Amino acid sequence: FFQYCLSGHPTLPCNVLKFKSTTIMLDCGLDMTSTLNFLPLPLVQSPRLSKLPGWVLKDGSTFLDKELKECSGHVFVDSVPEFCLPETELLDLSTVDVILISNYHCMMALPYITEYTGFTGTVYATEPTVQIGRLLMEELVNSIERVPKAQSASMWKNKEVQRLLPAPLKDAVEVSMWRKCYTMPEVNAALSKIQLVGYSQKIELFGAVQVTPLSSGYALGSSNWIIQSHYEKVSYVSGSSLLTTHPQPMDQASLKNSDVLILTGLTQIPTANPDGMVGEFCSNLAMTVRNGGNVLVPCYPSGVIYDLLECLYQYIDSAGLSNVPFYFISPVANSSLEFSQIFAEWLCHNKQTKVYLPEPPFPHAELIQTNKLKHYPSIHGDFSNDFKQPCVVFTGHPSLRFGDVVHFMELWGKSSLNTVIFTGNAENQPNISVIHHTLLFQPLHVVCPEQYTQPPPTQSHRTDLMIDCQPPPMSYRRAEVLTLPYKRRYEKIEIMPELADSLVPLEIKPGISLATVSAVLHTKDNKHVLQLPPKPPQPAASKKRKRVSDDVPECKPLKPLLSGSIPVDQFVQTLEKHGFSDVKVEDTAKGHIVLLQEAETLIQIEEDSTHIICDNDEPLRVKLRDLVLKFLQKF
Amino acid sequence: MTRECSLLLPRVCAALADPRQPGSDDTCLEKLLDWFRDLTQFDPTVNLLQDNPCLMEFIASMLALPEPSASILSFTLRLAGILAASENRFQHLQQEKLLVRLFGRDGPLNSAVWEDASVRSGWVEGVHSMMHHQPALHFLCNGGGIDVIFTLQGDPSLFVASAASQLLVHMLTLSVESETTKPLSTKDCDWPACAQMIIKRIEDSLQSSSASHIEQSLKLLTSLFGSCRATWTEVLWLGIAKQIESFLTEETVQAQHMLANLLLNMAWSPVFCDTEGSFWALVTSALEHLTPVQAGPLAVGILRLYKCPQDVRIQALTVLLQPMDCILRAASQPLEYAGLLDESVSDPVTVENLLSSKSSCASLLCQTLAHLEELLSLIRLPVDLPYTSLLRFLMTILQFCNGFLSPASPLGSTISRILINCFRVQRSALDVLAALSERKGCDTLIGSLFDVLLAYLESPNTSPTVLKKTFQATSKWLVRLQELSCSNSQWQQTEKILQDVFLVLQKRLCSPCWEVRDSSLEFLTVLIKCLRDQDEFRQSLLSSEVPRLTENLLEDPESYVRASAVTAVGHLAFITYFAPESPVIGNQYNKENTVAKLQEILSTDPEGFPRRAVISIFTKWLRQGCTGQLEDTEKFVSRVIQTVEHDLDWEVRLGGLELVEVFCSQTICQLGLPKCPYAPVSSAVTSSIHQNESLQIFCRAKLFSFLFRSLCDCDKPVGQRACDILLGLRGNFYPISTLKDSQGTEDSPAGHGIAWLQRTLRQGSLAQNFPTDGGNGVDFQDPESMMLALGTIDLEELHDELNKSSDHVEKSPQSLLQDILATVGTIEENEADCY
Repeated sequence: FFQYCLSGHPTLPCNVLKFKSTTIMLDCGLDMTSTLNFLPLPLVQSPRLSKLPGWVLKDGSTFLDKELKECSGHVFVDSVPEFCLPETELLDLSTVDVILISNYHCMMALPYITEYTGFTGTVYATEPTVQIGRLLMEELVNSIERVPKAQSASMWKNKEVQRLLPAPLKDAVEVSMWRKCYTMPEVNAALSKIQLVGYSQKIELFGAVQVTPLSSGYALGSSNWIIQSHYEKVSYVSGSSLLTTHPQPMDQASLKNSDVLILTGLTQIPTANPDGMVGEFCSNLAMTVRNGGNVLVPCYPSGVIYDLLECLYQYIDSAGLSNVPFYFISPVANSSLEFSQIFAEWLCHNKQTKVYLPEPPFPHAELIQTNKLKHYPSIHGDFSNDFKQPCVVFTGHPSLRFGDVVHFMELWGKSSLNTVIFTGNAENQPNISVIHHTLLFQPLHVVCPEQYTQPPPTQSHRTDLMIDCQPPPMSYRRAEVLTLPYKRRYEKIEIMPELADSLVPLEIKPGISLATVSAVLHTKDNKHVLQLPPKPPQPAASKKRKRVSDDVPECKPLKPLLSGSIPVDQFVQTLEKHGFSDVKVEDTAKGHIVLLQEAETLIQIEEDSTHIICDNDEPLRVKLRDLVLKFLQKF
Repeated sequence: MTRECSLLLPRVCAALADPRQPGSDDTCLEKLLDWFRDLTQFDPTVNLLQDNPCLMEFIASMLALPEPSASILSFTLRLAGILAASENRFQHLQQEKLLVRLFGRDGPLNSAVWEDASVRSGWVEGVHSMMHHQPALHFLCNGGGIDVIFTLQGDPSLFVASAASQLLVHMLTLSVESETTKPLSTKDCDWPACAQMIIKRIEDSLQSSSASHIEQSLKLLTSLFGSCRATWTEVLWLGIAKQIESFLTEETVQAQHMLANLLLNMAWSPVFCDTEGSFWALVTSALEHLTPVQAGPLAVGILRLYKCPQDVRIQALTVLLQPMDCILRAASQPLEYAGLLDESVSDPVTVENLLSSKSSCASLLCQTLAHLEELLSLIRLPVDLPYTSLLRFLMTILQFCNGFLSPASPLGSTISRILINCFRVQRSALDVLAALSERKGCDTLIGSLFDVLLAYLESPNTSPTVLKKTFQATSKWLVRLQELSCSNSQWQQTEKILQDVFLVLQKRLCSPCWEVRDSSLEFLTVLIKCLRDQDEFRQSLLSSEVPRLTENLLEDPESYVRASAVTAVGHLAFITYFAPESPVIGNQYNKENTVAKLQEILSTDPEGFPRRAVISIFTKWLRQGCTGQLEDTEKFVSRVIQTVEHDLDWEVRLGGLELVEVFCSQTICQLGLPKCPYAPVSSAVTSSIHQNESLQIFCRAKLFSFLFRSLCDCDKPVGQRACDILLGLRGNFYPISTLKDSQGTEDSPAGHGIAWLQRTLRQGSLAQNFPTDGGNGVDFQDPESMMLALGTIDLEELHDELNKSSDHVEKSPQSLLQDILATVGTIEENEADCY
């Protein structure tokens, strides 16, 4: 049991589990927080951004002023944004057999793994995960590729140079590993390696382990995974939610009785009372619009936005906002809104039943029909004709570094009437409370990112937001290899019916029978089978054709097995009966030594062995042996 | 008893005693008993029994039944008790041995019906009713009744058990007070026989090892000391004090929880609270030995006492404030009341343990907070509470609950973990906080207090109910803040706080949760009510977005919110449009628009609440003289009453009448009729002109048609109010001596109409036959006719008629007896009874 931890980001996990003979990658989240160190990519020329001063070192040297720009006291890299990949040096990623994806946010690094490392295995994910994941990747690629940037900065990454930079650039990890965004062909190639699975489907990996996705309640098609063999069960709990929103509820029962529970993909945001946060979202939105301002909601094109639209659907009429336009701008806006309506089987029960009614599961269809919600692939084209203020805009990317959101930040950023509402953690973001719930299933061992074992850094007194269990959880950080605290003890072996038929059990204690087995252990594809031993070679019918069978070992007649214990007192009496007069018994730590002084012979009796040590007196040894055997059972 | 009733009674008795009849309605039987109670209360003679032999026959026939119904038997027992309450009737009943047979060993007591709780209850009540004289006392004591009552104290039916306990208290008191010849003293306690029996039983059960017996006796003593304040109770107490004291210290008997109430009742009794020494020592011991949860009610009860030794008071305060002390220590807050708490009386470790346990923390805190609120609600407190520490304590708890406090101590982090998001504690703490605002002495903390309150107002995690309480506390403290800033001129702090409050109020007014919008509006209304005279308040409010958002909410989809918005906008008008130097705020609503908008709500809103709110705001405006000159006001009132006249909601119509009343008295007052005590004395001539003028105004405003129509309103309060107003008007227009005789007015055409009106009003059918076009000769806008109507119509008669309760016909004993007969179906001539 080994776990290689390739990502230190608790909500963007990437771990590799070596379990029995398989190597399983659990999620491949892409840490996009690295892009926060870069200047935004404006869709149209921004005089503000292009006029930023270059950064000058303390000693006045200006060699970095082309690469680094200063803005409001912070330093940014002026280059195409780059992403921090999962650790690739910790183990040879071409040896990974399978990748299990838990939700569409945790697969964004997939093309880097499948296309750059020699990976030849299979990826497993549910259909909505793949489809929505594709949308997210498409949006990502699109929003970066449509604003080509001539310049690519690399000088600042030099270790010597990086040391001189101000925080947070100074403390950025593994900058040499940061990569530019992948391309659409790479996305397509990566997605082609995915095999679709359904909830509770059992997938055999090489006969050694079985993996099963379970609903995790977080997003459409999101899953937790059970990885189990006959005697071991590992539960991988990634982004999970106990709240009732649009996805199928979390399957908790199947997580019971795990030997190891790996917890990731959860936030420790303390103020995530979802009703309160939705109320906050609506109140701020209404207040801004009523005061004549615009609202910008940076978001991903799928997931939380469905719930937000649903809340707004109920709210806008009552708040007198019916005349305020809602815009959803994303290259994949249309597909996202349509996809969400067709994944009926992945929705919560309430929404599933709507599939049988003449109304779509999500009310955003009605918002679109009534023209309250309008969606556009980008700010160019139709949008610029329809654009009316004040309005509410949902668009990506939440990092505010690329995508259409950059444009609105530039457009509206100067007026205090306007509001930006970040919703990342607003509603459905999996919360640490899941952990406390999950711990009720009493797994033997818990493995989690080190962040979970401490209160959140901003609220150090909130000890209620950390994992507290017995035995204490094992924590991991980026680039660490853990030996999981669980030892494998048993392996299942099948026995062929004919062989079983030939066994003759002997009851040695009430209720316990034993039988000797002579068989050939046949191991293939991690399955072990006991087969009948080959018949002893027949006397050769024809000497000419005598051939020794190479693969089957020759069977020797078996010695009987012994059981029982030797009562020393009775044994001594027996020796005396047989003429040994000077018997002396010594107690040792493990048993007894019987000394026959005259014969210069020792009989060492221990719990699981008896030795007769005598000097080349074979008849004596045989005699003594037979006396010993009288006390033991044979079979 | 009327003749009719005495004629009906024999048949009723026969019907009740008839086992073939279905059981009668319980309420009828209760009413029947009430009637007998009234009949016998002031008449100790035997006349009732002699005049109505059917009563004793009824009892006898019930006793003769082999299997009487439980409810009728219970009724019989209680009836016999009521009848036997006077000594004469007692003896009379005893002559027939009826009481022995009912209440003695061979009565229901030893039959199968005793299993029925209603029979046991009837027995106890019957005995209780008759227990007003010595013969009854002896009858029961000698017949072994005491044993039965003591047994019934443990009855599975709580009603029976409690009634038995009360009965014993009553008997003990009666025995001591009616049979003692010389005052009892500790040295020579010669109890009367019956009291002796009861006291012996109490002492025995206190010494027994049975927890339930001890509990019953403690209950009995608790209610005895609670109801009887005579000196002999002390003699009784001295006999049992040692035993009771031992309950505090001995772990073997679980009786501690009963002791707090007992001691509290004793502390209120002058017999004990005036004594020096032993009683208060026992109270001290109780405060020390009872658990904090048990001692809490005792402590708070003691703190309410004026007659109490100072050291006991401090000990009680210690018990009450121990959780506060513990919380403040856990939060490492400085303790500012050194020497206040008496550590010897209560062990802080016990409280710490309770507060660190998830199951007891919240309930102990809530109990403490409820007690503090109780004390703070008293106008005069016999004890000085440490207000500053109390405020610090409340702030600490509130910060624990929203996770804003990072405690340094391990105890603090345990408590913080338990309390996070605990709504129950938040609500209690905010209640106490609101009550605390009235007390002086916490002013230094007011700045940080508002930090806590604002954090609650801002946090999305604050639940709607907690938010409402936060608003209540905030409004109280804002008033306090304003008072303070008047005295110390710290305007800047006040201004900043007000700005922050309005900023968060803006957001809350846009909440998707209607409860939040509603309580935000209520909060705003309260603030305007209390602070509208303060310049800083007006400025902060008017420079925020709150007024505009409030007016938006007049169109809220939720009717409660619309109603609250109407009230808030109505109050807002006092500082916008109606203020002398009203700063006009630029929005869609100016004064005219607002009035028109409220008018529109009054006439079109489909829900009652917003319409009620509008009419009450209009009345408020009128009262405060905001509706402009008399002429404008007349038009305004006329418009409003024509709108509400047909409203389906009676409260709106009633509100309309209130408006009319205010308008009438203001008009009359302005025009100088003697009605107004402050009006200058005017000569008879001008008075009559003014009479005419105000009468004309009322007629033009169409008040009279509204008032007369309301007299026959299907909802009684409306009719009553209209009648009161008309009577008031008549008082103004007619001095008593000049009232016209209703005879002889029919000669004139107007007189015809008024006579018709008088008849129709008597029939109560004016609402159906209301003359819309001056038909029937009544012109409600003609001053002369109306003057005539006021003078001729017998408004007093109408007033009396309207004030009769709706069941005044059905409430008579005769009707009750007829009902009983009707339900048992033996009365044929009464088939058409309205029931």
